Amino acid sequence: MFQTQQKVIANRYPAWKYLLLVLVTVIGLVYAMPNLFGDDPAVQISPAKSVIFNDETEQQVSQILSQANLAVKTSVFENGKFLIRFENTEDQLKAKSLLKESLGRSAVVALNLAPATPDFLRALGAEPMYLGLDLRGGVHFLMDVDMDAAVEKAYLRYEDEVKGVLRENKIRYLSADYEEEALWVKFRDLETMQAGLALLQREYADELTALEKTDTASPMVSLNLSSSAIAETKKFALQQNITTLRNRINELGVAEPVIQQQGDRRIVVQLPGVQDTARAKEILGATATLEFRLVEERGDAFRAEETGYAPHGSKLYKFRDGTPLLLKRSVIVSGENVINAQSGIDPQQGSSMVNVTLDGAGGRKMLATTKENVGNRMAVVYIENRVETIEQDGDKVKKRITTKDVINAAVIRGQFANRFQITGLDSPQEAQDLALLLRAGALAAPMEIVEERTVGPSLGQDNINQGFMSVVVGFILVLIVMAWRYKTFGMVANLALTLNLVVIVAVLSMLQATLTLPGIAGIVLTVGMAVDANVLIFERIREELRNSSIQTAIYSGYEKAFVTIADANITTLLAAIVLFSFGTGPIKGFAITLSIGILTSMFTAILGTRAIINTMYGNKRVEKLSI
Amino acid sequence: MSEMTMEKQIDFMGKRQLALVFSAFLIIASFAGLWVKGLNFGIDFTGGTLIELSYPQSVDLAEVRNDLADAGYDEAVAQHFGSATDVLIRIAPREGMNSAQLSNQVMDALEASTEESITLRRVEFVGPQVGDELTEDGALAVLYALIGVLIYVALRFEWRFSVGSVAALVHDVVITLGVFAWTQTQFDLTVLAAILAVIGYSLNDTIVVFDRVRENFRTMREGEPVEVTNVAVNQMLSRTIMTSLTTLLVLLALFFLGGEIIHGFALALIVGVVVGTYSSTYVASAIALVMGVSKEDLMKAPKEGVDNEQEEAELQRLFLEQEAKREARELAKAHRSGKKTDTEDEQ
Repeated sequence: MFQTQQKVIANRYPAWKYLLLVLVTVIGLVYAMPNLFGDDPAVQISPAKSVIFNDETEQQVSQILSQANLAVKTSVFENGKFLIRFENTEDQLKAKSLLKESLGRSAVVALNLAPATPDFLRALGAEPMYLGLDLRGGVHFLMDVDMDAAVEKAYLRYEDEVKGVLRENKIRYLSADYEEEALWVKFRDLETMQAGLALLQREYADELTALEKTDTASPMVSLNLSSSAIAETKKFALQQNITTLRNRINELGVAEPVIQQQGDRRIVVQLPGVQDTARAKEILGATATLEFRLVEERGDAFRAEETGYAPHGSKLYKFRDGTPLLLKRSVIVSGENVINAQSGIDPQQGSSMVNVTLDGAGGRKMLATTKENVGNRMAVVYIENRVETIEQDGDKVKKRITTKDVINAAVIRGQFANRFQITGLDSPQEAQDLALLLRAGALAAPMEIVEERTVGPSLGQDNINQGFMSVVVGFILVLIVMAWRYKTFGMVANLALTLNLVVIVAVLSMLQATLTLPGIAGIVLTVGMAVDANVLIFERIREELRNSSIQTAIYSGYEKAFVTIADANITTLLAAIVLFSFGTGPIKGFAITLSIGILTSMFTAILGTRAIINTMYGNKRVEKLSI
Repeated sequence: MSEMTMEKQIDFMGKRQLALVFSAFLIIASFAGLWVKGLNFGIDFTGGTLIELSYPQSVDLAEVRNDLADAGYDEAVAQHFGSATDVLIRIAPREGMNSAQLSNQVMDALEASTEESITLRRVEFVGPQVGDELTEDGALAVLYALIGVLIYVALRFEWRFSVGSVAALVHDVVITLGVFAWTQTQFDLTVLAAILAVIGYSLNDTIVVFDRVRENFRTMREGEPVEVTNVAVNQMLSRTIMTSLTTLLVLLALFFLGGEIIHGFALALIVGVVVGTYSSTYVASAIALVMGVSKEDLMKAPKEGVDNEQEEAELQRLFLEQEAKREARELAKAHRSGKKTDTEDEQ
């Protein structure tokens, strides 16, 4: 037998390459398959803040569904959420309104399209691609948080505090004003200015930079927020706005909302499947405030709820989960008086707590109230106002909607003024949420929508249909042309192209990448360009056939074309990467499908076709190639 | 189709002066279009609001415009979109206008004047600030893509090729933009993506030709650079036609079936593929020639390239030996058994 000391040159592939090909094909098919099954209309029930579902809720839900005699396909309780699938949309809508009615505000009931992936595929972790908003319909908002306003508010907050500190330490000042991005404190003479400066530097070492300015009529101290304090302020503003948005979106009942920070001052809100975009905008544009009220301990809140009458001087409120609570009519302090709220750990008990700071006026009122009410409870009420357009007798009526929720009720342990703690909270998470809500009611930085992209459900479906149609037609045209031009080799290339399409879909599904309309365009384009590798190879084989034997022609056709293919594809990949890094949303989708397509096409067009060609022709006596 | 390549040599490079004049004309025409008409920028770049509505029956645009003017949107532009039942309304950005409420108000105004129920198909609002950012990002993206290409081609080939390929890319981008200016087709984010894809595609084409030019410089003993390049272009001709054809086919499918939103995207790519195919032959190679690319420049190509070639030649020789032995053996075997046999394993 002929032996070589070098690589064996033969049109024969080792077994592992075939194995790899088979493996890729099988995995590709399995992971691409879920996309064939479509969606079930479903209702998703998730708990509202601080509510945990239990067996009772489960019973309640199943009772409602069985009573209404709805065609439930499956009902699953997973990760603290219910997902109930229905046979048709009619029952889905009916179930949603029934469930919403009976569960009330303790749960977010949302319509959803749940992928109807069979269990055996789901067990393998195979899920369909995630459809972008332009395909499934929905709303995309980009909100910009006014950071200048947030910083200004921080200064105004310090203005009050600084005045208080100076007063407490009996240092007399003339005025303290915020002007030109600094806080200016005027003093009568140099001596008091020096004392004031020393005090302020000591008191606010971390947060403010204090400098003296003596060349003016009256000596002044300028206070500037340190860069870390500014960064902190901005971070808080963004966080609290995200929290506020999240709470409001829960009201909307959206199955898979996306609320994400983008950059250092923007928030992306995506609400897939929302049909009533007008209402979505109204809810997002709501304003919120807070009220501190004393709890009316003498009345029976449950009886008041039943009868509908609250005892004299009190008013009935409810927690988010529906538990009633009687509060006194007079408000102690409202949201405008809250300067800051931060979560922390209670050093004495080790439990979570929230530190609240009020302004001067709020502090005085709080002092007066707590003096008299040690041992009683005080509640925090979160109030949200929004205008909604509601259809009434065929007319559209703008209606003011106010929701009031008790978010916390705690016992007053001692007399306090402008700084106090709310302790005994269950978890750090709860403390964080409460702090955010307190701040949200108080000093939410203004926010505006700087970008909106809404796609109606009808357009979404059209986009899917048209996108699918163009992929299919483009694909078939390419198959025909390849078969016509390259005969048997063309058919092999077509097999590879089909495998390529399957693998692209499989990879997109595995990555759970979002498929958008430009993404589909990327797939279409890839189909057109993926054959390029095969065209290069086949043309080269034809060329080589003129000067050499059939086996050599196949061999060198593949070898020589490879460098060209690699060079050409790397440059295209380069363009795709630039697209990805600069693109936003849909453009990214295009870049992703294009890049994946380039990589998979290298595999299928070179290794895939070679494997088949080798099996068909490799080292066999062939008179003529069908190319 | 082998008769197309070697036997019939089309003198592409001989007409390169003519081609350069033609390209210069196209580029001047494109710049004129950009100058005179300008690009019809979509709201992605200008900011503003875009509302797509669907009426159950075909609708008179004049009526829609009247309703809009009555509601205070004098500057709103209304046009049919795809069909007579769909209307696209564009409203320029307004100072102090709450964007979120705008589409609601427009809907209310239009619904008030008609009995039919209007479906809201799509709303896009882009704030002026975001528009500026997207414009900046877009321009940067094109710039970085070109720089990346310049570097890659310079590393892989030679700087003259690199200049040639980037010149071809600029050529393609400018002409595509020119077509958009003259036809006043809306230029939005997806079109920008298409332009970047054009850069990728056109480059793909150029690289393939260059690759062959380089190979020919090494393998062809004699021949002026012009000749060598011409042979390469001819060798690659059927490939160029095939790939452009398949790509154009899918793009046409996208253009006609993909829906109105993807129209600009498909158009940009169709123009780009046609121009890109032409430019990889004429602009890229012609400029490389004008810059004086020569055999010597490529012979001192990267070392591993030479090694590869030697290795390749060695492999080829071994393969042929092996092949000859096998064939001889098979022949002998066939003689012995008197019938055709299959191959047997080599090792």
